[in-house]
Amino acid sequence: MKMSIREAINQTLHQEMARDERVIVLGEDVASDQGGVYGITEGLPAKFGVHRVIDTPITESAIVGAAGGAALTGLRPVAELMFVDFLGVCLDQILNQIAKFRYMFGGQARTPVVIRTMIGAGTGTGPQHSQILYPLLAAIPGIKVVTPANAADAKGLLTTAIRDDDPVIFCEHKALYMDECEVPEGEYLLPFGQARTAVQGSDITIVGMSRTAVIAEQAAAQLAQKGVSAEVIDLRTLSPLDESTILESLAKTGRLVVVDESNPYCSMASEIAGLAVEQGFDTLDAPVKRITSPHTPVPATPCLEAEYVPNVARVVTAVEETLAY
Amino acid sequence: MDVPTRKLKTAYRLMKTIREFEERMRSEYQQGKLPGFIHIYRNQEAVAVAACLDMTNEDYIASTHRGHGHCIAKGCEIEAMLLELACKEDGLCNGKGGSMHIADMSKGMLGANAIVGGGPPIAAGAALTAKTLGNGAVSMAFIGDGASDQGTVAESLNLAVVLQLPMIFMYENNRYAEFTKSPKPDGRIAERAGAFGMPAEVVDGSDFFAMYDACQQAITRGREGGGPTAIEAVCNRYYGHFEGDPQAYRDQDELAQERAVSDPIPRFLADPRAAALSAESIAEIDAAILSEIDRGFEVTYAAADPTPDKLYTDVYIHYEGRLR
Ligand SMILES: Cc1ncc(C[n+]2csc(CCOP(=O)(O)OP(=O)(O)O)c2C)c(N)n1
Ligand SMILES: [Mg+2]
Repeated sequence: MKMSIREAINQTLHQEMARDERVIVLGEDVASDQGGVYGITEGLPAKFGVHRVIDTPITESAIVGAAGGAALTGLRPVAELMFVDFLGVCLDQILNQIAKFRYMFGGQARTPVVIRTMIGAGTGTGPQHSQILYPLLAAIPGIKVVTPANAADAKGLLTTAIRDDDPVIFCEHKALYMDECEVPEGEYLLPFGQARTAVQGSDITIVGMSRTAVIAEQAAAQLAQKGVSAEVIDLRTLSPLDESTILESLAKTGRLVVVDESNPYCSMASEIAGLAVEQGFDTLDAPVKRITSPHTPVPATPCLEAEYVPNVARVVTAVEETLAY
Repeated sequence: MDVPTRKLKTAYRLMKTIREFEERMRSEYQQGKLPGFIHIYRNQEAVAVAACLDMTNEDYIASTHRGHGHCIAKGCEIEAMLLELACKEDGLCNGKGGSMHIADMSKGMLGANAIVGGGPPIAAGAALTAKTLGNGAVSMAFIGDGASDQGTVAESLNLAVVLQLPMIFMYENNRYAEFTKSPKPDGRIAERAGAFGMPAEVVDGSDFFAMYDACQQAITRGREGGGPTAIEAVCNRYYGHFEGDPQAYRDQDELAQERAVSDPIPRFLADPRAAALSAESIAEIDAAILSEIDRGFEVTYAAADPTPDKLYTDVYIHYEGRLR
């Protein structure tokens, strides 16, 4: 069935709550009639009751921390951190608590919590509502980081996330919510750590994630018209990272461009460039190019925001430069 | 308490400016002429204006996502604000902040804030500056009823008491946070603040005179070294959470009634203490406001967008590294 990412997430929450009564949803406005600002939790309170779909006060530390504590003691909470920017408010509970229980308690703990959060620029809402931040999260041992780029993956990965016994941060790009594609009916799980080869190609590898996977696909379509065969890899999960799919593609093409909406330093793009240099050095025919946002906050200004985020034109240029090397 | 006519005029002018400014903004926004998200302050004007009326540019406020009224009350220029809200090069923040991050350091306006609960620790810091320098300045944080639950607010309340800071916690209890009605009865917020060990009172936030009275006391207490104060201003959020939210979740009869009884401007004008304001002076003020707003929009729409190189300015004051 064709549906948007928004609908796919909503449907998955319905399915998983129906399947397992230990699954609860909590967050700000999640039990409101419209299901939050983007309607993601629409219909859940009517179906499952407000004891399982819980409107919380505006207290991100307590929301995320309590979700972690509930997970530690037997529930399977899906907490909503409305915008990933609010990570600033609740980072201790993620960084020092949830992520570390398993290890520091010597394997006693199980923390099956999912933190759903909205990432990315594109709505003109400025520095505190537009960040990406997933490299920051992916850098933390003990949590998994998921970044779907289409509705089918959103369903498959969210189902897996909810059933996973480890903490998972599920990043939803706000500019992709309405993007539609075919989504498998019924139960659908996708394994973590398996990238998706979105486009097959032989001249160059373009790696993207979340929205930049979509941008990479669009760039590949343009490049195809110019006779360039680009392979596009959508990482789908950042931690665990599917290194072999990247390296195998690189072995085939010998050229790599990584597109990542994060700020450049310590970005996913840097991580993948590092991987290519360390483990794919012999297969590289040209330097790796990283297309990222700049080392600046996200401006509220629409014309500057458009300049800020990676776009198709920048990817096409980077590919052409890499091919010309 | 008698309010001098000069102050009455200023109070009326500021409340009315906020009202007209935002009504005009709404209509421009609805036509797609302004970017981002905007949160309208209508019916809460008496809070900001009473709060800032006895402040100078040396006093500080930390605002919220619903900050246009706070800006105007603190003395920000209409034209510079509009340029910012339209994200133009000459805006207060060079167009980089927009509605949710508008700030004017020259006026002691330490920023709107898109992080709920982000402001109070900053205001506490400004109060610490004032206390350390001993300059008699005060600092105020505006805090929504929803924000009142945030851990940063509790921590700031405690810090302000521990350090005896010249700070005012100005709660605006409009009884809604986004689409969710406040589960707390009126007064609970002040009670909670009071429990930290500071004077705290509940005031009718649409009664300018009651608000002004409470604010004068709080400001005087702060200036004289008496420490922090909390005020819970009970008011009404006239429009939706953000512009474009039709408030379908609200009881429409109740909303209509609240809107009518809690409009601070007619209440102000009907108060015998405002009798010194003549009909002529009101008409004069009204006309001046409208022409200032018209001029502001004219200038704004003729103004330039920032050039692409501006993306890379002001990340740091000085930086040895590469930005792109
Ligand atoms: C840390 C954080 N959490 C959540 C939000 C999303 N949000 C923006 S405004 C708002 C409601 C705030 O309610 P209140 O404090 O009562 O202020 P009001 O909107 O009524 O002025 C929420 C939840 C945010 N911006 N920041
Ligand atoms: Mg409120």
